[in-house]
Amino acid sequence: MATDVHRPVTTSPVTTSSAVRVEGLTRAFDGRAVIDDLRLDVRQGEFVALLGRSGCGKSTLLRILAGLDRDIEGTVLVPRRKAVAFQAPRLMPWKKVWRNVLLGLPGKPERALADRALEEVGLSQRSDAWPKTLSGGEAQRASLARALVREPDLLLLDEPFGALDALTRINAQRLVGELWQRRGCAVLLVTHDVEEAVLLADRVLVMDDGVIAYEQEIDLDRPRDITDPRFAELRAGLLERLGVDPAAEAA
Amino acid sequence: MSISHAPPGSTKDDIPGISPPDGADDQHLGLEPIAPVSSRRARVPRWLRRTTGPLVLLALWQLLSSTGVLTPDVLASPGRIAEVGRDLVADGSLPDAMATSLRRVAGGLVLGTVIGTGLALLSGLFRVGEDLVDAPVQMLRTVPFVGLIPLFIIWFGIGEAPKTAIITLGVTFPLYLNVYAGIRGVDAQLIEAGESLGLSRWGLVRHVILPGALPGAMTGLRYSLGIAWLALVFAEQVNADSGIGFLMVQARDFLRTDVIVVCLIVYAFLGLLADFIVRSLERLLLQWRPTFTGR
Repeated sequence: MATDVHRPVTTSPVTTSSAVRVEGLTRAFDGRAVIDDLRLDVRQGEFVALLGRSGCGKSTLLRILAGLDRDIEGTVLVPRRKAVAFQAPRLMPWKKVWRNVLLGLPGKPERALADRALEEVGLSQRSDAWPKTLSGGEAQRASLARALVREPDLLLLDEPFGALDALTRINAQRLVGELWQRRGCAVLLVTHDVEEAVLLADRVLVMDDGVIAYEQEIDLDRPRDITDPRFAELRAGLLERLGVDPAAEAA
Repeated sequence: MSISHAPPGSTKDDIPGISPPDGADDQHLGLEPIAPVSSRRARVPRWLRRTTGPLVLLALWQLLSSTGVLTPDVLASPGRIAEVGRDLVADGSLPDAMATSLRRVAGGLVLGTVIGTGLALLSGLFRVGEDLVDAPVQMLRTVPFVGLIPLFIIWFGIGEAPKTAIITLGVTFPLYLNVYAGIRGVDAQLIEAGESLGLSRWGLVRHVILPGALPGAMTGLRYSLGIAWLALVFAEQVNADSGIGFLMVQARDFLRTDVIVVCLIVYAFLGLLADFIVRSLERLLLQWRPTFTGR
C-alpha cells in the first residue's frame, strides 16, 4: 500500500525529518521477490545514491517510490510533491519543450514558469523547440526542468545520465549537484556508476538480493575531487561490495 | 636504381619514382571532389520534374489519336476530351453532377468518421469497450461492403440513403482499424511519464494518448478518403439519376468514351484534392514529427 504524506506528520517524531520512509516493502514478480522486506529512510534534503547490479531491483524500488508500481506489500511513505526523471527523457514529442515542462501541473500555469525552469537548466533558448530536434543532453535537461518545475520535496532520478556521452554526462552531473544544493530537496539517484554516486551523494546504498545490503556515508567536502585519495578509497570499497575486484579493474 | 647513374644535366629529381612529376600532385592519390549538395540540386526545378511525366503521357496519347492508332470509339483524343469537358461545364451538367457527388461523399465521410473514430475510441481506451466492440467490427470488416448494395437498396430504397450508407460503411473500417491501432500503439513509457507527472485519466487521454494516436488516425483518414471515392463510383453506377456516376452510365449507353474520360478525370482530380487536404492536415497536425523527405 502506498501512502502519500502531504506534509511531515507532526505526531510522529521519526517522520518529521524524513523524505522517504519504507518499511517491510516486498514486491514480487510471479512469486519471485525482487524486493524482499526492504527498509529505507531518506532524510529531508539528503542526496542518496542507490547502486546495484542490473536486475537487483533498484529501478523497481524507484518506480514504487514514484507511485508507478503499486502492486506491493509493506509501508511506503513519500512526500506528495515528488518528481521523476527517467533514463530516457520521455518528453511528449507532440508538445513543444515548454509545454512539456508544464504538463500535468494543476490549473493554468504561465509559460514564464516553464521558461524559468528551463533557464535553471540552461535551456531557455530551446523553449520553443520540438523535443525531437533536441540533442540527447538537451532532452535530458528538459526532462530535469520538467521535474524541477514541480518544486519536489523528493526528486527521483533513474539513471538519468546513462544514455549521455561522457562529456555531456560530466556537465549533467554537475548541473544536478548544483540544482540539488539550490533547491534543497531530497534526491534518490539510481545509478550503476560508482564514481557518479561518490561524486554526488551524501550516502550511497548498495542493493542486493532485494534489500539494502550495504550503506556508506560519503563525508567528503564539496565540490569533490575525483583525484582525492579518499575518493578513490571510497570508490574502491564500493566496487568491491558490488563484486568488482578493484585491483583487477585498475590493471 | 643507383643515384650515381642519373643522367648528368637532368633537371628532374634524382629519384623520379618518389617525387611526383611537376603539376600532377593531385592525381597521385586519385583524389576526387565531394560535390556540395547545393550544386547537385539546382539542375531542374522540382515542379517541372513532377509535371514532366504526366505531360509526356498526354503528348503520347495525342500522338496516338491523331495518327489514327487510337480510334475515337476506343478512346477519344485529349483535344476532344477538353472540348467535351468545356461543353459539359458550359451546360451545367458537370457542375451539377459534381455537386451531387461531393455532397454524397461528404455526408458518408462525416458519418463514417464519427462512427469509426467513436468505436475506435471506445475499444481503444476501455477494455470493456474492446471486448464488446472489437470482435463484431473485425467480423464485419471482412464483408466486402460493395456486396451489401442489394441489401441497402431493399432497406433504404433507391434515394440518397443507400448511397450515403455505402460510403459510410467503406469509410468506417479503415478509420476504426487505424485509430484503434494508433491508440494501442502509444509508447507505454510516455504514458508512465504522464502518470508520474500527475496527469488524470482524462489528462492522459488528451495530452498523451490522442496526440500519440494522431499519425495512425491520419493514415486511416487517407485510406478512408480513397475508399470513399471508390464507394461513390459503385453507389452511383448501380442506381442513380444524378451525380458523376450517373453521367458515366449515361455516356456508356451512348458509347461516348469522351464523356466517360471527362468523368474519370474529374474523379482523379477530386481524389487529388482529397489527398491534398489530408497532406495539409498532416503538415499542420504532425509538424512535431521530423520525417525523411527523400533526395
